[in-house]
Amino acid sequence: MSVADFQPVIGLEVHAQLLTRSKIFCGCSTEFGARPNAHTCAVCLGMPGALPVLNEKVVEYAVRVGRALECRINPVSIWARKNYFYPDLPKGYQISQYDQPLCEHGGLEIDGEDGPRRIRILRIHLEEDAGKNVHDPGGGDSLVDLNRSGVPLVEIVSEPDLRSSSEAAEYLKALRDVLVYLGVNDGNLEEGSFRCDANVSVMRKGSTQYGTRVELKNINSFRFVQKAIDYEIGRQVELIESGGKVTLETRLFDPVRGETRSMRSKEEAHDYRYFPEPDLPPLRIPAGFVERIERELPELPRAKLHRFTASYGLPAYDAKILVGDRPLADLFEQVQAVYRGPAKKLSNWFLGELLRLMKEEVREVGALRFSPAQFAALLQMVDSGELSNNAAKDVFAEMFRTGRDPREIAQEKGLLQTQDTGAVGAAVDAVLAANPGEVEKYRAGKKQVFGFLVGQVMKAMKGKGNPALVNAALKTKLGD
Amino acid sequence: MSLTLEEVRHVASLARLSLSAEEETLMRTQLSAILDAVAELSQVDTSAVEPTSHAAGEVAPWRPDEVRPSFPPEKALGNAPAEVGTSFAVPRIIE
Repeated sequence: MSVADFQPVIGLEVHAQLLTRSKIFCGCSTEFGARPNAHTCAVCLGMPGALPVLNEKVVEYAVRVGRALECRINPVSIWARKNYFYPDLPKGYQISQYDQPLCEHGGLEIDGEDGPRRIRILRIHLEEDAGKNVHDPGGGDSLVDLNRSGVPLVEIVSEPDLRSSSEAAEYLKALRDVLVYLGVNDGNLEEGSFRCDANVSVMRKGSTQYGTRVELKNINSFRFVQKAIDYEIGRQVELIESGGKVTLETRLFDPVRGETRSMRSKEEAHDYRYFPEPDLPPLRIPAGFVERIERELPELPRAKLHRFTASYGLPAYDAKILVGDRPLADLFEQVQAVYRGPAKKLSNWFLGELLRLMKEEVREVGALRFSPAQFAALLQMVDSGELSNNAAKDVFAEMFRTGRDPREIAQEKGLLQTQDTGAVGAAVDAVLAANPGEVEKYRAGKKQVFGFLVGQVMKAMKGKGNPALVNAALKTKLGD
Repeated sequence: MSLTLEEVRHVASLARLSLSAEEETLMRTQLSAILDAVAELSQVDTSAVEPTSHAAGEVAPWRPDEVRPSFPPEKALGNAPAEVGTSFAVPRIIE
């Protein structure tokens, strides 16, 4: 028996920060990086008597997420107190939602190992974030910063539908893309605005009985998700093989050692004594609210991907890279609308030169200096034979740096290929006159001499000969 | 008695309360009496009644997503037993 004899069963819980300006229940700023406790007030410090007032943007963003993930939006949902003690939780409870969440029963299509799969979403609920504890590695007190206390979060819980660590990573990426497209989250795992816990269990293949699950925490990068889950699958299989039993517990992923270890918590885990929040009446969604938000939903990544392959005829690989960054996909469409040439050709420029230069100079699409029309004009110059492909790369690099017009750059650098048939004809005449022997050979049937003659003409024209014009002129003059 | 001593100790530890043996017995009696009193409500048939999850007003106003001034950190730390910089300082919580 081995790992191959077991079926992993994985569900993910994702916490995503909603990009509001102010906190969920008070007017304190959500901006990252302020002095500790500079963004706090009576509400998010948990002062007695302070009352929460719900931020309307939070509801709007959460409904956006809910509908984008095909969930039912409950017209009435209930705020609940989740009670536990920790220094980063000033009230001694977190305001969350429990048995009646805002959104339920949705799904997200991903590319599974055997083609597209719909991963079911169990629920999405709203809650407030806790503060941040900092522990000086040298010992001493723990320091508490409550700037994050009360920052709005959605928790998105999937059904245990994922069957491998790579599917889990795929789901996580697809989910992040959706949230970023919706403009409600910045998708940043490293800074903690998008966090993931994984529930992992294994069962023998063919079995219908799920094994005992283990909750994995602290998975703050896409790479770690796969590593942590793979390690945990291996650990559980080994445990079962050797006659042991998996225990229901929370384990922490240690990225340095690449393993998970048990959180030895003195707390009675999961005894949160939820009860309805007395300070907030039920969350009621007004009539027409959901419909309005639905109308304003942008095209989602999955739909865009299908459209890029279907209507532009792009390979899935190209489409996936372009769609992975919404501004990049938008730019592609803007350039293509002007260019109107083969979309694959434009895609090659995006995946090649553009992304290469963007990587070197770490620029976002929004900070690019050239316009879509300039990019399109450059490609048209290549298609019409005014610029060789190599010269176009030079011009592009300059346009990327300066935002100057491609034709102007090409002229200045002397890269334009001449469109002057007279000049081409004269050069061809001169080359033929200078190489009577080669002309003789060609006419005698040695056609491979043609390439040599083209080369001579290009050389005489210092590389500015338009290859199509040169070919045509040579053929005519050689009597072909 | 609807509560066991074991349950009383569990609830006390969740609430971070340290009870003497006498207090545990007293709490068991008092809490059980409360639970028994509330349990009388279960005699009423409520199958056709919508649960009341909130006793106050049913409609709460929402507020626009606007940033309002926060406390200056010095004021936020006014009740702090100890502080380092503008952070609350608490006994170390991890090894």
